[in-house]
Amino acid sequence: MKNENKIQYIYGIADNALILGQRLSELCGHGPNLETDIAMTNMALDLLGQTRSYYQYVAQLSGDGKTEDDIAFLRIERQYKNVLLVEQPNRHFGYVITRQFFYDAFHLLLLEELQNSDDETVAAIAKKGIKEVSYHQRFSSDWMKRLGDGTEESHQKVQEAVDDLWKYTDELFHMTEDDKIAVENGVGVNTAALREKYDQRIRDVFEEARITIPETKWFQKGGKQGIHSEHMGYLLSDLQYMQRTYPNMKW
Amino acid sequence: MKNNWPLWEVFVRSKNGLEHRHFGSIHAADAEMALENARDVYTRRNEGVSIWVVESKHITASNPENNGELFEPAQDKVYRHPTFYTLPDEVKHM
Repeated sequence: MKNENKIQYIYGIADNALILGQRLSELCGHGPNLETDIAMTNMALDLLGQTRSYYQYVAQLSGDGKTEDDIAFLRIERQYKNVLLVEQPNRHFGYVITRQFFYDAFHLLLLEELQNSDDETVAAIAKKGIKEVSYHQRFSSDWMKRLGDGTEESHQKVQEAVDDLWKYTDELFHMTEDDKIAVENGVGVNTAALREKYDQRIRDVFEEARITIPETKWFQKGGKQGIHSEHMGYLLSDLQYMQRTYPNMKW
Repeated sequence: MKNNWPLWEVFVRSKNGLEHRHFGSIHAADAEMALENARDVYTRRNEGVSIWVVESKHITASNPENNGELFEPAQDKVYRHPTFYTLPDEVKHM
């Protein structure tokens, strides 16, 4: 497998963690209360930690002198390969939890397979992430149930979030050319095969949460090809500000 | 947001073999959420291997006004400390 294909495959996983981590970190100091604020920033740091491991490996593979910081902060929008779901803004707590739940359910299934990758580094990063993501899934699933089966207002808000974000869930299972090459070479995961388990997981939690799965059959896509929603530019300008304003700055 | 969840006391065991110690308190709607919140707030820096939570209202505390009758009588009873025995040299780890 050519390094360039492998790098693109890793971006497809790592950029999700970076962008979702960025979204969660925006909530630092703005959570509904101290406990959930810390919980969400903990998850942000878990995701950032995973991102760093992936990017350090990409830097090593590309061998062009670029660092993990260059990869995280200095690419242009089209070069980020995250799914549209994770870049959606923090509208309210129920929305944040729904976005998290949709991603966690996928993320855990992905890592459970990715830990068997023939690429030892990718396998090791996946294996380390499983425990973190298991907790993320537990946290977001619990909150889905609490909000969905909570008060009339919390139920309505979380159902609206589900109705709005549902159109971004299908893209999680799309396979790009790089994904297919990675699967053929034993490096990547055939995400299409995770679909059944994912749907079951969603159904199980929604049943307890009294949430209805939307009937729409129309789904949004593009992130995996680098074509993002209008929110991505604002997110990146925040994320990249320090490196662009003070090039090569370090903490 | 007005936080009207009940208060819980958090006890963390930092290592196997040690006892649970009081770490602080958190708010949570029920026991399960209390455990998760305690995990997130108090064990982020690898402080623990086990967590207990108990709703604060279930703790019965002594009244500071009674400190005189409760604790002062023990102050002049030094013989209750095991410091008046001569230990044989063979006894170690006491």
